[in-house]
Amino acid sequence: MTTREFARMMLGQLPAALRKVDPRTLWRNPVMFVVWCGSVATSVAAALDPGVSTIALAVWLWLTVIFGNLAEAVAERRGKAQADSLRATRADTTARRRAQDGTLEPVAATGLEVGDVVVVEAGEVIPGDGDVIEGIASVDESAITGESAPVIREAGGDRSGVTGGTTVLSDRIVVRITTAAGQTFLDRMIALVEGTSRRKTPNEVALEILLLSLTAVFGTVVLTLPPMASYAGASTPLVVLVALLVCLIPTTIGALLSAIGIAGMDRMVQVNVLAMSGRAVEAAGDVSTLLLDKTGTITIGNREAVDFLPLTGVGADELREAARLASLADQTAEGRSIVRLADRLAPDAAVVALPADARFVEFSATTRMSGVDLPGDVEIRKGAASAVQAWLGATATHELEGIVERIATDGGTPLVVGRAGPQGRVALGVVHLKDIVKSGMRERFEQLRRMGIRTVMVTGDNRLTAEAIAREAGVDDVLAEATPPDKLDLIRREQAGGRLVAMTGDGTNDAPALAAADVGVAMNSGTSAAKEAGNMVDLDSDPTKLIDIVAIGKQMLITRGALTTFSIANDVAKYFAILPAMFMAAYPALAGLNLMRLSTPESAILSAVVFNALVILALIPLALRGVRFRPGTAESVLRRNLLVYGLGGLVVPFVGIKLIDMIVSLLPGIG
Amino acid sequence: MSDTLAGLLTIGAVVLVLAAVYVPLGDYMARVFERTSHSRLERALYRVGGVDPDAEQSPRQYAVAVLAFSGVCVVALMALLMGQAALPMSRELPGVGWDTALNTAVSFVTNTNWQSYAGESTLGFTAQMAGLAVQNFLSAAVGLTVAVALVRGFTRSHAGTIGNFWVDLVRGTLRLLLPIAVLGALALMAGGVVQNLADTTATGVTGAPVVVPGGPVASQESIKLLGTNGGGFFNANSAHPLENPTALTNLLQVLLILVIPISLTRTLGTLLDNRRQARTILGVMLGLLVGALALTTWAEVTAQSDAARAAGAAMEGKESRFGVWASALFAVVTTGTSTGAVNASHDSMTPLGGGVVLLNMLIGEVSPGGVGSGLYGMLMVSILTVFLCGLMVGRTPELLGKRIGKPEMTCVALYTLTSPVLVLLGTGVAMALPPTLDAMGNPGQHGFTEVLYAYASAANNNGSAFGGLTVTSTFFQVTLAIATLLGRLVPIVLVLMLAGRLARQGLAPRTSGTLPTDGPLFAGVTTAVVLVVGALTFFPALVLGPVAEALS
Repeated sequence: MTTREFARMMLGQLPAALRKVDPRTLWRNPVMFVVWCGSVATSVAAALDPGVSTIALAVWLWLTVIFGNLAEAVAERRGKAQADSLRATRADTTARRRAQDGTLEPVAATGLEVGDVVVVEAGEVIPGDGDVIEGIASVDESAITGESAPVIREAGGDRSGVTGGTTVLSDRIVVRITTAAGQTFLDRMIALVEGTSRRKTPNEVALEILLLSLTAVFGTVVLTLPPMASYAGASTPLVVLVALLVCLIPTTIGALLSAIGIAGMDRMVQVNVLAMSGRAVEAAGDVSTLLLDKTGTITIGNREAVDFLPLTGVGADELREAARLASLADQTAEGRSIVRLADRLAPDAAVVALPADARFVEFSATTRMSGVDLPGDVEIRKGAASAVQAWLGATATHELEGIVERIATDGGTPLVVGRAGPQGRVALGVVHLKDIVKSGMRERFEQLRRMGIRTVMVTGDNRLTAEAIAREAGVDDVLAEATPPDKLDLIRREQAGGRLVAMTGDGTNDAPALAAADVGVAMNSGTSAAKEAGNMVDLDSDPTKLIDIVAIGKQMLITRGALTTFSIANDVAKYFAILPAMFMAAYPALAGLNLMRLSTPESAILSAVVFNALVILALIPLALRGVRFRPGTAESVLRRNLLVYGLGGLVVPFVGIKLIDMIVSLLPGIG
Repeated sequence: MSDTLAGLLTIGAVVLVLAAVYVPLGDYMARVFERTSHSRLERALYRVGGVDPDAEQSPRQYAVAVLAFSGVCVVALMALLMGQAALPMSRELPGVGWDTALNTAVSFVTNTNWQSYAGESTLGFTAQMAGLAVQNFLSAAVGLTVAVALVRGFTRSHAGTIGNFWVDLVRGTLRLLLPIAVLGALALMAGGVVQNLADTTATGVTGAPVVVPGGPVASQESIKLLGTNGGGFFNANSAHPLENPTALTNLLQVLLILVIPISLTRTLGTLLDNRRQARTILGVMLGLLVGALALTTWAEVTAQSDAARAAGAAMEGKESRFGVWASALFAVVTTGTSTGAVNASHDSMTPLGGGVVLLNMLIGEVSPGGVGSGLYGMLMVSILTVFLCGLMVGRTPELLGKRIGKPEMTCVALYTLTSPVLVLLGTGVAMALPPTLDAMGNPGQHGFTEVLYAYASAANNNGSAFGGLTVTSTFFQVTLAIATLLGRLVPIVLVLMLAGRLARQGLAPRTSGTLPTDGPLFAGVTTAVVLVVGALTFFPALVLGPVAEALS
């Protein structure tokens, strides 16, 4: 965003900021409430005894309050706009409810109850959150995800969840409503992006306690100053005390604190993740164990055939051709990859088409094989070694076992191809299917390790295969042959060791683990049970996003810490501006503390207040964008941030106040 | 021997001896509080007190025990002081007035040992021995118990208890303070400190008889320093020739002050099984101590006032047998711990030297702090530092595997708040009242510093006086007593509550994403937090006092 765009955006939010100048809402932010009280007191003083410096102080104190509100208003702006567009999609829908006897009755979407069954056809809006129990349909979810490509939703499996407010594009589905009206995903999403349901997060509360105690200390400092000063023969006008107090209390972080929280949630929304609470975003920064599903996260979803390994006595062509025939009608990605490999290896070979009366045998969980029955009683099967062996009715030869074992150790999946025909039943060889690790994963895991995050790959594969892939991808640990209870156990174990766990999941059987994880990211494509259990929903259904989520969580905490440090460090320079101004008349020797050589006491005090207000304005973009987070060890991150915000916080105000003084001192009655 | 050489030799000797005893004493203290067995004497004491020594206490029970014990001690000591006329060996002195008795009782029970009276002309030997000396032991032991309870908060996980106050108190007294105090007393006697039960008459240089004041001085002196108490037997405290006769006893006194607070960091390392953390905390303490010592010594040695030029050095208010270096050392050590014994008049120090000594107390006496209180004070500062730094690395802040959330931060914030509010309110109220001006010994900035120093000393349980200020009015007696009492007990209760919260937590593992709380970086930031928080809170007051004086 350019400076000009930013300025325009700020101006646009000015009315909203002004509306927030209300003590009834301000008191929730004690630091800014003190500033408000100070502004009122200074205004009264300026009205009773008008003077250039008093009036200028009053104006700048009010600006301090307004700038603080502006930060919040700007942070809320994007959410408000998004909420409005979501509301538009929640237009009154009429549902067609299916009664016990199968008849359909029209009912308002708001009148639907959990357990109701509705029928939705092409062109209709799904009236509420639920699971598809019959049929399959393509659904346009762009209203929620912003993604225009339609998605498939079907009964059974992990793609059965539908969201109210989305539109069925084709076919007809029957949906069982799982969420009561008013608490649907859309409703919650509106509340979230709008910030109406925003609660302070644990770290935010702890930080507020620190800010509150700093405010109390500085309040005591200012309160006890008049008797000390009067003994020294110095006067302490109310407006000067107010100026000192406002400059000392941590207004910078106090003004920006809530904006930082809102912006953190908003950054999640920008990467299309919906965090159900700020607490979840914050927990993401603390995560120290990341459970990642192998398929789709670490490896690209599908395995690919990379080699044909014929047994002795079987020609390479023979195996390739048999495997190709068995896969021609197989529409799975693996099957297609076998055909692709076969065609690539023998581009010139006469391509045998599948005979018309061939019968395709689909994969089933019981047989664990697929294949084809050709005319002439020839049957070809491909599948897991044990399954094909059983089908062949023969024990595996040493050679076959050796090949199978070698592929598995390598992280691949061996697919044994067998043929039964008039010549007998024989194993022909093995197709080597390989998991393809996504590019760049090794680097990302290395980054995570430096951040102190342990990655655990979760997979249903056997241990040998799993470990090979883990080595290739560079994850720290593997949970092989994992069942949903295994996942839950792992989470419990990690948590018992004091670690915070993040995971992704989409199936109903992931729900317990998602609920147990500190950060459970449900895929939007998943079942509603999964979405209900997690505390975040990834609208893009992209499991690699966990890594971004962790970074955003950390960034939010870093921004808070950095601005707090900056705020406190600023006080040193403000003291050097205001204290000599207050006491130079009584003790001329204190002129030595006027390090910045500010022109007059009035100008010094006003400059400090102006700086204090402008710093808030200047830091709004940083609060919204977040402090830049480069993954690294805690020590390196700390060193950098201390240098920038600690040391910077000490030095910047000396320069800033001096510059402002040079301008302010031109004002008549001040300079 | 030149003053500089003597000073450097003294400092060198202190460093050598402390380095030699650091490990054995530190580990011994860890055993004192860890062992499960009880001696026969201890069992007898527990039986008399109706205490089950093997039962642990919840934080609340522990805190109630501390408060009840302190309350009983205050009342008992007040009664003893007010009724001393009825006691044997009272040198026919009358009972002490109620306000002085209250102030003194509170002051000795809280390990402050602020003295608004002159020992030799106010108290009999029984009041000194049975009253003050006993409290010197017990108040130091209470400090130890609180520190040990906080350390248990870090070492335990999923625990509801933090130890047994009565057991910790008895052990700290009998196994640690008593044996070392006996050794210290013998050494002091050997060095010439008085130890008898009557004044003696000697023949002076003119031939006329001179009454030499006597008393059980060495025995009380030893624990006065070892327990970082600081209340002198005589009004002149460690500047008195019978309390601290030679440069050698002066060296011994500095050693006695530092030995437990410094070695306690070793105890921490042993109990935590984390030496690096202990070294880091020791490093911060020593850094602050050395910095204050360098500044004060430099200020005193290079003093440019007319009197200093005439005398060849800033010797006003200093004993010639100690010199500038040893006086600066004693002043820094006594204010960096919660001792408050003095071997020179702080009132007469240069503005900068006096200011540093004052700041030493205002930053909460953590360089290295009082017996026990220094360690828990530094751990509280470490938590504050961890909170700021932890957020800056993007994680919920953790210290030693314990997360610092809302309840923990509440305890730390209130702890940090307590002493500044007491000092500033006390000073502010005193300055607002006209009689204060008459109580001041000096006009201008120096007079203001005297008042600020008094409340800083009281609220931080130091007990040293800047001098000059007359604090015998009921107003000062009572307000200083209040500042002293709250300045001790409120932080203790908060520390125990925190210990309970920490003990209840599990232990988070350390990863490379965890902020390392050991090593030079963290030590540097902790030092900065101590100085910045102290400076920001007291800058206006310091500007009106020592800073204005130093600049003019």
